[in-house]
Amino acid sequence: MSVLVVQGLSKSFGGVQAVGDVSFAVAPGEMLAMIGPNGAGKSTCFNMVGGQLRPDAGSVVLDGRSITGLGPRAIARQGVGRTFQITATFGSMTVRENVQMALLSHRREIWQFWRPVAGRYAGEADALLAQVGLEAQAERATGVLAYGDLKRLELAIALGNEPRLLLMDEPTAGMAPAERVGLMQLTRRLATERGVAVLFTEHDMDVVFDVSDRILVLNRGVLIAEGDGASIRANPAVREIYLGTGATSGGH
Amino acid sequence: MDSIIPQLLTGLAGASSLFLVASGLTIIFGVTRIVNFSHGSLMMLGAYIGWSILTRLPRDPEWFILGLVLTVLAIALIGVVLEVVVLRRVYRAPELFQLLATFGVVLVLQDVTLWIWGAVELPLPRPRWMRGFVEIMGNRFPFYDLILIFVGPVVLGLLWLLMNRTRWGTLVRAATLDREMVAALGVNQRTLFTSVFALGAGLAGLGGALSLPNSSANLNIDLSIITDAFVVVVVGGLGSLTGAFLASLLIGILQAFGIVLVPKITLVLVFLVMAVVLVFRPNGLMGRPQAEAREATVAAPVIRAAPRELRILGLVALALAVAAPLVVGDYYLTVLTDACVAIIFATSLHFMMGPGGMASFGHAAWFGIGAYAAGLLMQWIGAPMPVGMLAAPVAAGIVAALFGWFVVRLSGVYLSMLTLAFAQIVWAISFQWVEVTGGDNGLLGLWPSEWARDPTIFYWIALVLAVGVALLLRRALFAPYGYALRAARDSATRAQSIGLDVKRLRIVALVIAGAACGLSGAIFSYSKGGIFPTYISIPHSVEALLMVLLGGLQTVAGPIIGALVYTGLADILVRSTDLWRLVLGSVIVLLVVAFPEGIAGAARRLWLRGREA
Amino acid sequence: MPLSRRLVLGASGAFAMPGLLRAQGSNPIRIGEINSYTSQPAFTLPYRNAMQLAVEQINARGGVLGRPLELITRDDAGRPQDAVRLAGELYNDQKVDVLAGAFLSNVGLALSEYALQNKRIYIGGEPLTDAMVWDRGNRYTFRLRPSTYMQASILAEEAAKLPAKRWVTVSPNYEYGQSAVKWFKQILSSKRPDVQFVAEQWPALGRVDAGATVQALEQARPEAIFNVLFGPDLTNFVRQGNTRGLFERRSVVSMLTGEPEYLDPLGDEAPEGWIVTGYPGEAIDTPAHKAYAAAYRQKFNAKPMCGSLVGYSLINSIAAGVAKAGSTEAEKMVEGFRGASFETPAGPALYRAIDHQGTLGVYVGKTALRRNEGVMVDWRYVDGKDLLPADDVVRGMRPASAT
Repeated sequence: MSVLVVQGLSKSFGGVQAVGDVSFAVAPGEMLAMIGPNGAGKSTCFNMVGGQLRPDAGSVVLDGRSITGLGPRAIARQGVGRTFQITATFGSMTVRENVQMALLSHRREIWQFWRPVAGRYAGEADALLAQVGLEAQAERATGVLAYGDLKRLELAIALGNEPRLLLMDEPTAGMAPAERVGLMQLTRRLATERGVAVLFTEHDMDVVFDVSDRILVLNRGVLIAEGDGASIRANPAVREIYLGTGATSGGH
Repeated sequence: MDSIIPQLLTGLAGASSLFLVASGLTIIFGVTRIVNFSHGSLMMLGAYIGWSILTRLPRDPEWFILGLVLTVLAIALIGVVLEVVVLRRVYRAPELFQLLATFGVVLVLQDVTLWIWGAVELPLPRPRWMRGFVEIMGNRFPFYDLILIFVGPVVLGLLWLLMNRTRWGTLVRAATLDREMVAALGVNQRTLFTSVFALGAGLAGLGGALSLPNSSANLNIDLSIITDAFVVVVVGGLGSLTGAFLASLLIGILQAFGIVLVPKITLVLVFLVMAVVLVFRPNGLMGRPQAEAREATVAAPVIRAAPRELRILGLVALALAVAAPLVVGDYYLTVLTDACVAIIFATSLHFMMGPGGMASFGHAAWFGIGAYAAGLLMQWIGAPMPVGMLAAPVAAGIVAALFGWFVVRLSGVYLSMLTLAFAQIVWAISFQWVEVTGGDNGLLGLWPSEWARDPTIFYWIALVLAVGVALLLRRALFAPYGYALRAARDSATRAQSIGLDVKRLRIVALVIAGAACGLSGAIFSYSKGGIFPTYISIPHSVEALLMVLLGGLQTVAGPIIGALVYTGLADILVRSTDLWRLVLGSVIVLLVVAFPEGIAGAARRLWLRGREA
Repeated sequence: MPLSRRLVLGASGAFAMPGLLRAQGSNPIRIGEINSYTSQPAFTLPYRNAMQLAVEQINARGGVLGRPLELITRDDAGRPQDAVRLAGELYNDQKVDVLAGAFLSNVGLALSEYALQNKRIYIGGEPLTDAMVWDRGNRYTFRLRPSTYMQASILAEEAAKLPAKRWVTVSPNYEYGQSAVKWFKQILSSKRPDVQFVAEQWPALGRVDAGATVQALEQARPEAIFNVLFGPDLTNFVRQGNTRGLFERRSVVSMLTGEPEYLDPLGDEAPEGWIVTGYPGEAIDTPAHKAYAAAYRQKFNAKPMCGSLVGYSLINSIAAGVAKAGSTEAEKMVEGFRGASFETPAGPALYRAIDHQGTLGVYVGKTALRRNEGVMVDWRYVDGKDLLPADDVVRGMRPASAT
């Protein structure tokens, strides 16, 4: 049974079709990569699943329940975690507090005005931080973290919500190549351990072929290929796009 | 019917005058991101310097034009001085500090102008050609107003050419879109900012000089024009010249016809237009969404619980405050009571502005609503002080909840401007609805209950309430709600993605801040014995900003320190010199330059020196 | 934090410079005066000058009750709340005997409320609002200047003599403007039932959109106009009105426009033939006024303004009240000021016992141009006592507690 089922998703901007009739599904513990050249409709697709954009047509179903057209907050509440291309964390808090926020929010304990945050779910937060290898940084201000550590922190925050689906938009953008593989292998491990479905977009083809179970290829808003690494590599349509643009790896 | 055309033309002439001032403001904002409060003062200087030049020249039209040019150059030069001496030093400070610095400049220029040109208003004697008129549909229409009608579009056209046909203009437009990018391109940002400021100031000067034939150089120009100019710029969309032009037309024409249809509404009309536009177009008519570049670059420092030493210091201070009535005289007791009110006033603003990320330019509105709630209850049903003090936060909180629905959709300067507009509407109601509010005469006879009338008792009540509110607000900030509010400010996208309801968090912050502020308004009214529209004036709102920013936005103790310093400073200055505005303004500018993170922020940095933040 | 508070307080004692004019000799009678020196300088600076002159003259004559006068002034910045705080400072810290001052009505009312609560005497000089002595009147408050009612009633009387029947009004939209229009309409209508008011304009104070306002008034085709605008609003209004011909072949009746504070800035565009209240200044040729004007000119090298007359008379009235009371004890002063008569450059006046209103009168006349400057001509001085309603009407308006 799939965690996420997307069917016939479409979106136009001012008459130009950005995404047309895209369908796919992700299973628990599966890592699904979405690739394609710039302007292929990856971000639009992503934002429709994440709730930032409302689709013109099609449906998004999470665990059998439709989340089509819900806002980002409601979708988060349904168990969808997110990381962003440009990291988004709470800069005025320590690393641990960032994760505590996610834990408090997940347990609906936000609307409390008296008991201090300090110490609440600190143990759980530290455990999550340990999983992403940030336990030593728990007391530090988020603002002083290295970029790679911020990415890991985002992952920990997303996990604090106990997601069944994790949406990762360009998770390794801006990172050094060695770090990229490290982060994605960490993600791979967490996905497997927790049975979280992961949908991610990625420019770095090495990363894509290294960690993904399946790959979707979008071009001009349309799904042109779907399959495991080997079949995608062999797909002539995909080869044509990528040879045409010349980009097979790198990205930034 | 035959008066529609003349009234329309009158509206167009008014629109031109508005546009001249607003265009400069919007250009300056677009490039430097400075909300220039002193823009009205530059226009005032334009009127005075224009008067000084034009009264020395022959009175023919060609000399008038020469006088205008000279005035524009003079004001542009003053703009350069202002930019180089003051603003250049605060570009790196948080946006609102620049606003604070420009407000200091407003105060200084008020006294300087009074000192140079004297107290009496100075109208420019009008030569014959300025008094001429043309017959339009049987009505006389001033020839000079016809000229004004053309000046607006001509200036717009020239600015368009400047922006689109010169390299300098290209840079300005690029900087308006993305300041960081222009810096990255290696453009000399300093020169660009200085020249932009000179252009904006020159336009304000032109507006001032051109207003002379219809009115006079007087000391009220600065604050009366600046609110109108803000409204035009915001309605048009920050940084958009065309938007400012359209907004000027809209407001000028509505004003002209509004006067005929509903003569008493004029004051509110402008702000209603702004509120309506912002509700439907949160970035103004032609504005773009503000890039939230800051979110990624400048992170606010981590708020941590106060160190032991500070707590001890706070306790000592509290003990001294409790014991104060045994030492000080009656007068200083009232100053201390005012300080207690100021503490609530400032901490409540800090709550929504610091952790909440919503800078209010109209915080005095809640102060006034609380005060009037207590006062009207007293007047209608004879409610005693405890009831009044309870009703004040409730009333302010309810209004804040209603207003919150509008305001949380906006962000940044647009949000600030909507709060300003709201405060102006509340002020106008209290000022003009004489039957209910007593108008500017106010509501009188609001004194504490018999048992609390002794100044010492009343001071202790105020102290308990001030300390109580400050502690409660602080408590909430360290509780999950306060963290969530801060989370929503730090990163709205991240907050939403972990399931936080950003809008609701912010509305509640507004309600809490409004209610607390309403309480301070009630305490203040009982200590003064009356309620007046001046409680809701723009300068009073700015005072709240001053206190918070002087103290420091990023520490919980900041607004308290700011409130104490400001109350003390203002009291000393007002009693010691007629030139208190000059001194206060200079002190504000100096403080902003010296402590861009506020007094408490600077102290904190010194404290933390050598330790990691 | 009170640590810094204490520092601040300690410093404030050293910084404060109480008094512009410290009297020689011991135990002076101290007058604490609060006014809008920074927000209304055009009126208050000549006013303060004249107060100084009066204090010097009285001290030269030996003071009051054998004690010299001492004047301490404070700036309220146009904010009643500041005025109340400073009143506390003057009474509690500076130990003044008499509180005086205010230009703005709301400051006057705030001070009067303070006086009532603290059982101290307060003598208002300039505030015009009727509330100060009538519906918000109290035992401890006196007011020198002719009120809004008095100014409006003399103008209504003059207006009733005009043939005009179609009237319009233009007035700043706040308490003073609304009261002035209300009284004018009421009194004129009672004297002339055939009069109708066909339009009214209410520009916001200090922000008149003069062109549109003039156009709107013109549209009503009035025969006469009642104006309450003053200051920069008046300047804008007159200029637009002149150019657009609003005032041609129409009668205009206008509050306070004859005061040099408002008439002088109009320069050669000062309207001719408006019926106004105001102050003819050095054209007044009574011996008392001549002496006063000469002394003022000699000391300050400027012509006396309307504010000067008020400031000068205020100090004289206080001296007379204290002398009559024979004491600086508040309750005795209240009794002393009631009915206390005093000399002013305009003529003798007194504080009425019935409502504590001063009977300083009103100059009413017409505007004219002389050597390209606006002046008042055909003026006469109307004693304030002739401008007030009947005693039983006054008693009905004043709260019963205000005895």
